[in-house]
Amino acid sequence: MTTQDIVDALRGAVPEGAVEPAAAADGMPAIYVAREHADVVCLALRDLPTLQFAFAPDITAVDYLPREPRFEVMLHLVSLGIAGFGDTPKRLRVKFRVPGNDPRMPTLSGVWKAMNWGEREVYDMFGIHFDGHPDLRRILMPDDWEGHPARKDYPVQIKMTPKVYEPLQVTAEQFAANLQADRDRARRE
Amino acid sequence: MSEIEIPVLTTTVTKMVQWARRSSIWPVTFGLACCAIEMMAMSTSRYDIARFGAEVFRGSPRQSDLMIVAGRLSRKMAPVLRRIYDQMPEPKYVISMGACASIGGVFDNYALVQGVDQIVPVDVFVPGCPPRPESLIYGIVQLQRKIDQQKLTELSSESSRTPKPLVITG
Repeated sequence: MTTQDIVDALRGAVPEGAVEPAAAADGMPAIYVAREHADVVCLALRDLPTLQFAFAPDITAVDYLPREPRFEVMLHLVSLGIAGFGDTPKRLRVKFRVPGNDPRMPTLSGVWKAMNWGEREVYDMFGIHFDGHPDLRRILMPDDWEGHPARKDYPVQIKMTPKVYEPLQVTAEQFAANLQADRDRARRE
Repeated sequence: MSEIEIPVLTTTVTKMVQWARRSSIWPVTFGLACCAIEMMAMSTSRYDIARFGAEVFRGSPRQSDLMIVAGRLSRKMAPVLRRIYDQMPEPKYVISMGACASIGGVFDNYALVQGVDQIVPVDVFVPGCPPRPESLIYGIVQLQRKIDQQKLTELSSESSRTPKPLVITG
């Protein structure tokens, strides 16, 4: 299945101009998708009987710093076989252009559940926000981290003392108060 | 009936206690990265750290004397390492195993702590990437010599928390 076959299969199911073929040096089918139509196109890729890209193994992003649009979010899809077992799996690369001054795109975690953590990683590393994501938190870096390390304008080394929390210290009065509170609770129950 | 010879050794309390302490260094089960594989190899019968009494890797920091920081330490992991160290009873010792734990190794980047001595006081640095089990055993022997030189009166919590550089002769 070539890029052109996939673009043809999507015609009619998605808005005009939402999909365009992309060049790929390795010959793998690749398409560009307009980010505002991401949900519609991805649902079509998953559900159209001729495509059935049900498996999304990877999502990542690329930072082309001086260029604008700055980011490209990249998605790998696998169609595990249309005519049941024995059919050849097909792969597809889906790219979204994301501008640097407005780094956001709709979430795909509603289409493929596996995208939940993948999008958290892209958010953590590149600072691209996924609108509608159920739980957009950092996943690799500590929760209170500043900045997004995989961006090209992020320094490789930072001089910062590691954060270490002090051990919990309880005074004798607090200890006695805790003990008393426990006894009171036991008496009430 | 001939006289039964009773074997008796005389020594001082200090010498006996130091002998007991250095011959039963129990490390905490704590591996961070590939150095931990060499650390585990050290406890197997091939290298047999049991010869030096340090083979009992304890699952709880409450029962451990030694923490071997085996591998690169990420900034996210740093509070965890510090907490485990704080849970260990005094007197306690730390071996920084390998290049990553000692100075950050090849990972000169934002995510890793460039030397665990920023977090915990280190007694022995073992170089290597990763160090062979023999190197780590040598490090433990160096630690034994250090324990031998510590006075019992110096084992109160504050003085043993900050390691003093000890000159190991020979």
